[in-house]
Amino acid sequence: MTMNAIDQVQVKEGVDQDTVDAVTQLSGTYKHGWETEIEMEYAPKGVNPDIVRLISSKNNEPAWMTDWRLQAFARWEKLEEPTWAMVNYPDIDFQDIYYYARPKSMEEKPKSLDDVDPKLLETYKKLGIPLKEQAILAGVEGAEMPEEGRKVAVDAVFDSVSVGTTFQKELEKAGVIFCSISEAIEKHPELVKKYLGTVVPPSDNFYATLNSAVFSDGSFVYIPPNTRCPMELSTYFRINAENTGQFERTLIIADKGSYVSYLEGCTAPKRDTAQLHAAVVEIIVEEDAEVKYSTVQNWYPGDEDGNGGIYNFVTKRADCRGDRSKVMWTQVETGSAVTWKYPSCILRGDDSQGEFYSIAIANNHQQADTGTKMVHLGKNTKSRIVSKGISAGVAQNTYRGLVSMHPKAKDSRNYTQCDSLLIGDKCGAHTVPYIEVKNNSSRVEHEATTSKVDDDQLFYCRSRGMDEEEAVALVVNGFCKEVLQALPMEFAMEAQALVAISLEGSVG
Amino acid sequence: MALPQLKADATTARLDGLSLPDGAAWATEARQAALARVTSAGLPHRRDEYWKYTDPASLVQPDAPKASLFHNDEGPLFANRDRVQIVFVDGVFSAEKSSDLAAEGLEIGLLADALATDIHWAKDLYGVLETNGQTPVERPLAALNTAFASAGAVIRVTGKATKPVNLIYLHENTTSDAMIHNVVKVEAGAEMTLLETGPAAARFSKCLEVDVAEGGTFHHVRAQGRDHERRAVTHCFARIAKEATFKSFTLTANGVLTRNECIIDIIGDDAVAHVAGACVGDGSDFHHDDTVFITHDAVNCESRQVFKKVLRNGATGVFQGKILVKEGAQKTDGYQISQSLLLDEDSQFLAKPELEIYADDVACSHGSTSGAIDEDALFYLRSRGVPHKQATDLLTLAFLAEALEEIEDEDLAEDLRARLDNWLARRG
Repeated sequence: MTMNAIDQVQVKEGVDQDTVDAVTQLSGTYKHGWETEIEMEYAPKGVNPDIVRLISSKNNEPAWMTDWRLQAFARWEKLEEPTWAMVNYPDIDFQDIYYYARPKSMEEKPKSLDDVDPKLLETYKKLGIPLKEQAILAGVEGAEMPEEGRKVAVDAVFDSVSVGTTFQKELEKAGVIFCSISEAIEKHPELVKKYLGTVVPPSDNFYATLNSAVFSDGSFVYIPPNTRCPMELSTYFRINAENTGQFERTLIIADKGSYVSYLEGCTAPKRDTAQLHAAVVEIIVEEDAEVKYSTVQNWYPGDEDGNGGIYNFVTKRADCRGDRSKVMWTQVETGSAVTWKYPSCILRGDDSQGEFYSIAIANNHQQADTGTKMVHLGKNTKSRIVSKGISAGVAQNTYRGLVSMHPKAKDSRNYTQCDSLLIGDKCGAHTVPYIEVKNNSSRVEHEATTSKVDDDQLFYCRSRGMDEEEAVALVVNGFCKEVLQALPMEFAMEAQALVAISLEGSVG
Repeated sequence: MALPQLKADATTARLDGLSLPDGAAWATEARQAALARVTSAGLPHRRDEYWKYTDPASLVQPDAPKASLFHNDEGPLFANRDRVQIVFVDGVFSAEKSSDLAAEGLEIGLLADALATDIHWAKDLYGVLETNGQTPVERPLAALNTAFASAGAVIRVTGKATKPVNLIYLHENTTSDAMIHNVVKVEAGAEMTLLETGPAAARFSKCLEVDVAEGGTFHHVRAQGRDHERRAVTHCFARIAKEATFKSFTLTANGVLTRNECIIDIIGDDAVAHVAGACVGDGSDFHHDDTVFITHDAVNCESRQVFKKVLRNGATGVFQGKILVKEGAQKTDGYQISQSLLLDEDSQFLAKPELEIYADDVACSHGSTSGAIDEDALFYLRSRGVPHKQATDLLTLAFLAEALEEIEDEDLAEDLRARLDNWLARRG
């Protein structure tokens, strides 16, 4: 199967000079593999009710929260690790992981960003995420600042704790709450109590249950009714400490008629041993509200021989509770040794909409099993899935998804397109869609193709003087276009660059 | 791993009433090995991944649920064709109703005779292709069939067969529980058409093992149906060698539960395998499941899966299809389409169309759609004066046409189209 006509036109006209420039600018492989030397404080290794209590007390949590965690832990002990995903990795020893690690300097919560340990600020600066309150482009290195300045509020999470959140004051004026989840439990318990665990219940699955017991921090967002969040919100996750698991929890509530665009980025240092990351993201979308959630996942993928890397087991779900609510997931998955992630939409409200755009790139020994669930419950609900999987080296890339039309979801629509691209003859690309249609007024369409990088397109690029890697990156970028276009502008740039990085060395 | 208790209990209960038939030493060995596969895997349960959408309970329970006979004035299918007829009544061979088994290019025998003979070509196939088909997904009901079936046909195709062979499965007893196992060996360059018709039994388990040698051709056309309450689980295990062709088509009309599994291994270069099916289902107790698993393990091969289902009055259709392209199976052309037409609010379609690909120079695609009759098309026909019922029927037949086109022999296809017309007329 060759690329579709649109992609061909773009490649042939060579209009995409920006992409080519972004690709040529980049060199080196994993750029964020360095480590911050900072004094850390750990909870003892392993997990048990005492550790759960300890994490809870470190965050100064009320008793109801501690109980909530303990109940989740009791349930987790009875659960078995799921094995259905098409990923293979050595058994994880859940008692050989630190569940809590925080920089010593964070013992006293800094009152403002000025009090934050300069080493931490330096870390984020190096990652291209300055925590100074200034107009910045999130995540784009060396990008020029637009004249009028574009504001992005950042919550920075370092191992187990939130280091700081920018622009809080300005957001407050609009009534928006953006803070770490630990702060939210302290300051807005009524909101947390009302919504936490209502989208991803503590009993949901093995990793979500573990997360419910031991999550240490994460971000909390509340957008009040009829409010358009004045700036984009962003969380940046950094794993730094060795042998540490990161368990963050994000809760986003978009009240009636509100809008927010939320970005998430993540990196980790290079290590020989694998590290666990098990996050939960819950999004509640009320009537007429809209949430855009974009992720550029760039955890350390392990080395060329498959040593080390992050095991990324994530549960993300949005509940479109209100009528006409809308959620859009966009993800660029380039990092992690193992990815197990299915951002989902529960389309409960009538006329609600869910969208999922994904690029998953797996190189070397990476394994990605990712996709989405679209559960149509309300009338006239719509969902769209565009998934692009790219495999190179000896990597395995699986799209796994569910589209379910319940009997009451009359006149609903789903369109799914998942394409796979294989670079090299040792990698694999798999598609495992589940389609359940329980009424006849709904329409479901699923399409999938698998192909290799088109020789004609490569030849064309080569004959214009590009080297082989450049040409592959350009063709791949064309293949990914649909997804990249759904990303907020800043992320689209970074994502395009990542698409090139992850494939470097795959052409031989 | 030990079987869950529920599964172990169900398996023991099912096996209790059965005993291995007598046969030659090699046959006994094959049956015992099959029995071991059943006990180690356990019989299927709703919680098994590949039985997620179809409840196997009535296929597993010790006694066959009752299935009353349904009479209509439809005569036997393919009646105008000159064919070899091998008739089984409730799973038992009837010499009286069958025709002469001798035919040009074919050596036809009965399974019971073959399995009682010390030296027989069937030894290399019986239970062998079924065993190959047990990985990566276990198919314990097929192993159960290999262990206990004593009826069936063994056909060796030595040249170009001039007439098709029609296996006719008659159903006369409302509680019959039949097992039939057929083995077909198509030798290099040989060619045959196998027809299978009839409702068979109240509960029917059928296994077909087909080996198509280099350059051989195997055509398979099957019609299941008539009795509304019957249940069937069928397995077709095929091995396709270099430049060989395998084409199978199944029409299903009626039947409370039908699970058709087709497992194809393409092991020779430049081979072709097509599997297609059309199904029309009516009523909330109608459940039809096509489970197809095609493995490409050779270069430059083509596979097609085309499945269409028309469902109404609460009927359920299931499609689970997989294309597995092994490392090195370059230049594979794999195509899979599964579509359902839901004629009313209560019917449902559940699908899992999978691709698993380990080679880079391939073109594989799959599509799956589900929806109601196209209102625009219906409006167009109505505006041209076509009555509503007739317009719906026309669009339904048009929807099924793509699957029926997979049948190469136009006369056979015509017979099946007539069946569909009758079904539509009968169901008003």
